[in-house]
Amino acid sequence: METVRIYIMGKEYSVPAGLTVMKAMEYAGYKFIRGAGCRAGFCGACGTVYRKEDEYKLRFAVACQKLVEDGMYLVQLPFAPAPRASYDLEKIRPSDNVLLKFYPEIARCVACNTCTKSCPQEIQVMDYIQAALRGDIRRVAELSFDCIQCGLCSMRCPADIKHYHVAQLARRLYGKYLAPKAEHLAQRVAEIEQGKFNAELDRLTRMERKELTKLYEARQIEEGVGV
Amino acid sequence: MSIALTTSTSMSTSGYPDSMRELIAKVEATRPERLKSSPPRMSAEEREKLLREWHPDYKAGTKRPLSIGPSKGELVPHEVADLLEAYPLISPEEVDLSQIDYDVDVLVIGGGGAGTVAALWAYYEGLPPERILIATKLRWGDSNSIMAQGGIQAADRPEDSPAIHYLDIIGGGHYANKPELVRALASDGPMIIKWHESLGVMYDKNPDGSFVEKHGGGTSRMRMHSAKDYTGMEIMRALRDEARNIGIPVVEFAPAVELLMDDLGQVAGAVLFNLETGQYLVVRAKATVLATGGFGRLHIQGFPTTNHYGATADGLVLAYRVGAKLRDMDAVQYHPTGVAYPEALVGQLVTEKVRGMGAMPVNRHGEAFVYPLEPRDVESAALIRECYGRGNGVETPTGMRGVWLDSPMIEELQGAGAIKRELAAMWRMFNRFGIDMTKEPILVFPTLHYQNGGVEIDEHGWTGVPGLFAGGEVEGGVHGKNRLMGNSLLDYNVFGRRAGIAAARHAKGKGAKLGKLTLDHIVAYSRMLEEAGVSNDRKAPLLLPEYRGERALARSLKIRL
Ligand SMILES: Cc1cc2nc3c(=O)[nH]c(=O)nc-3n(C[C@H](O)[C@H](O)[C@H](O)COP(=O)(O)OP(=O)(O)OC[C@H]3O[C@@H](n4cnc5c(N)ncnc54)[C@H](O)[C@@H]3O)c2cc1C
Ligand code: SF4
Ligand code: SF4
Ligand code: FES
Repeated sequence: METVRIYIMGKEYSVPAGLTVMKAMEYAGYKFIRGAGCRAGFCGACGTVYRKEDEYKLRFAVACQKLVEDGMYLVQLPFAPAPRASYDLEKIRPSDNVLLKFYPEIARCVACNTCTKSCPQEIQVMDYIQAALRGDIRRVAELSFDCIQCGLCSMRCPADIKHYHVAQLARRLYGKYLAPKAEHLAQRVAEIEQGKFNAELDRLTRMERKELTKLYEARQIEEGVGV
Repeated sequence: MSIALTTSTSMSTSGYPDSMRELIAKVEATRPERLKSSPPRMSAEEREKLLREWHPDYKAGTKRPLSIGPSKGELVPHEVADLLEAYPLISPEEVDLSQIDYDVDVLVIGGGGAGTVAALWAYYEGLPPERILIATKLRWGDSNSIMAQGGIQAADRPEDSPAIHYLDIIGGGHYANKPELVRALASDGPMIIKWHESLGVMYDKNPDGSFVEKHGGGTSRMRMHSAKDYTGMEIMRALRDEARNIGIPVVEFAPAVELLMDDLGQVAGAVLFNLETGQYLVVRAKATVLATGGFGRLHIQGFPTTNHYGATADGLVLAYRVGAKLRDMDAVQYHPTGVAYPEALVGQLVTEKVRGMGAMPVNRHGEAFVYPLEPRDVESAALIRECYGRGNGVETPTGMRGVWLDSPMIEELQGAGAIKRELAAMWRMFNRFGIDMTKEPILVFPTLHYQNGGVEIDEHGWTGVPGLFAGGEVEGGVHGKNRLMGNSLLDYNVFGRRAGIAAARHAKGKGAKLGKLTLDHIVAYSRMLEEAGVSNDRKAPLLLPEYRGERALARSLKIRL
């Protein structure tokens, strides 16, 4: 079995190559309480900072999606204690300065790009903060969409910006106010409220299995692409 | 059939080894032909036969009837029976029930989608936020809900209707579903999506505002709403953000280890366990909502899983001890396409959307062998048969078998760039391990995905035990023996909402008076176990799975610090 040496919070362990950082730590005997959530790259619970033996550079990853490498010094970050603004989405509007109003510290961005370099999702974080400053909510929403809210950017930012909270507000404003509304949806909800489908549903809920099976097997399958 | 399933250790760095690359050439050779046509859908008889012969649910010796409790005699997988036929982690003498740490109207156990929705609707129903508490095992949102990729169903197009959705759900569930729950799921769907729209969830839309809607396995109309392949994350982020704005209190890393009852026979809160300090906390609540999700981390029959770290069936254990019934626990959902290579990602989900957008399962000879979008149980059985019945699987360097999913077809069918645009999470995951799925196929095999059954509820999310409600993956009856993709995100919204409303109404009701708190029910349960001759070395709930390496465990000492 091919093995690699890693240093978990300074202690050396030998672990099989080909494991993720998360599985390697478990192999070494760690049982996670913090630092493991989805185990698949979606929740941001497993932010990890590491350095390679001969490098001075700090690198960033999510432990469940990163292979161990020989000579890795690693540390897991429990969470980023980042304050977030409180707002009532019904009362605010997607105005040019709304992001700046709730997160005035974005004005302190010095364009160092550290946030972008720290992002395990390879999001253009600095660019979305710059877009937030310009009041371009749509651009912030689009650029930040893949954010798993791991907080690595915010831990590193010299201006103490809470990137992922700014982005969350932008996405909700976009989804609620800027994206066009689905008219067919509103219409269907109204139809349901008026009881348009009740008789048919009454009939189906009472139907015997045999008859249901017949209906099911005879369904017309709409032409079109899958998900 | 003996399936080689590896869970961790050893090998693979990046990209495919040469042995696999040679086989990829065969996939490329047949691609132009396969782009023109796919194998036909199976007939009902063919499906039945395939399931009986190859679906893991039909494998002999993998289940047993429960020996005690409200669902005594029902068949469940051994892994589930082992937890239900197990002793409590705590004993009543250790816990001082006169010292109450949280006294609330509604306690929500589980901070995933169902729990967050239940708390929000308990608030909308008129409870002040401080009268609600969410207690959860990991961080708020660390859950199956945040991982969903493919989408959520709702019958909101003119060519669709809740009745058509009803038929898809109940046929997909092999007619074992509870009709009133199916009805609730189908008819609340559009209202849920409208609620999400008002919360600012960024669903994929066309320029005119209509949703981009597609098929999923087993749907007869295109009704899958998505947010790229981060659908679950986008919904969960917005729900949690809303609950944060409202100020609903949450305690993290504090799983419920037991429900509390009162001397009137009602559920009256829970005992929580602070995972970091080892202390217990007593929560008294007029109504309790169970929203603890599923059981993937039990690794039924040794399968790898798509589920999050905390999916350990705790809710089933807790509910069973207070007298709630379970149903449809004999049917387990395996997702047809879990990652089979690289080893580091084994078991993680390859969303159905990949097949939906045109990728076709292909065997080691480059042949298509199954219609790509059969219901999940059927598709899974077909993949298992191809690998273990017909010997047409691709073997990985660690001895795992899988079949190709020909992802480059997507770019051919939907145009270049479609994968990065609509399958960003998938592309990123494989790319991190040196595989470019726009150019190379990916290797897949079924993975343990979803708990089809669970705690029985009525259409209000009530479990039949006074004071106890449930929503989401922990409950059963909605999907019968097989859930269709996109119906569980809908389920956690529909029944999380209904359970939250019912719990709030129960708490506000005139009759809502609690008696003296007690843990007598776990004493009685332990007595039943003793009478059934169950030895007391098994304890539950599990809380967290054990993944520490064998070498490390072999040398561990139980010294208390
Ligand atoms: C990878 C993946 C992809 C999926 N894709 C789709 C899809 O595309 N469409 C779809 O409809 N469905 C999909 N599903 C299924 C769907 O996501 C889940 O069924 C649904 O989100 C379950 O929601 P829930 O709130 O019931 O459970 P969860 O979201 O799992 O939440 C349960 C919460 O309870 C916590 N908990 C557990 N035990 C305790 C305890 N003892 N005390 C306190 N808290 C506890 C857990 O840690 C967790 O936070 C997918 C599932 C997975 C895993
Ligand atoms: S933007 Fe920040 S919080 Fe979001 S994924 Fe990137 S580093 Fe993590
Ligand atoms: S790290 Fe902070 S200061 Fe630097 S570019 Fe990013 S937001 Fe601006
Ligand atoms: S555990 Fe969720 S991103 Fe790693």
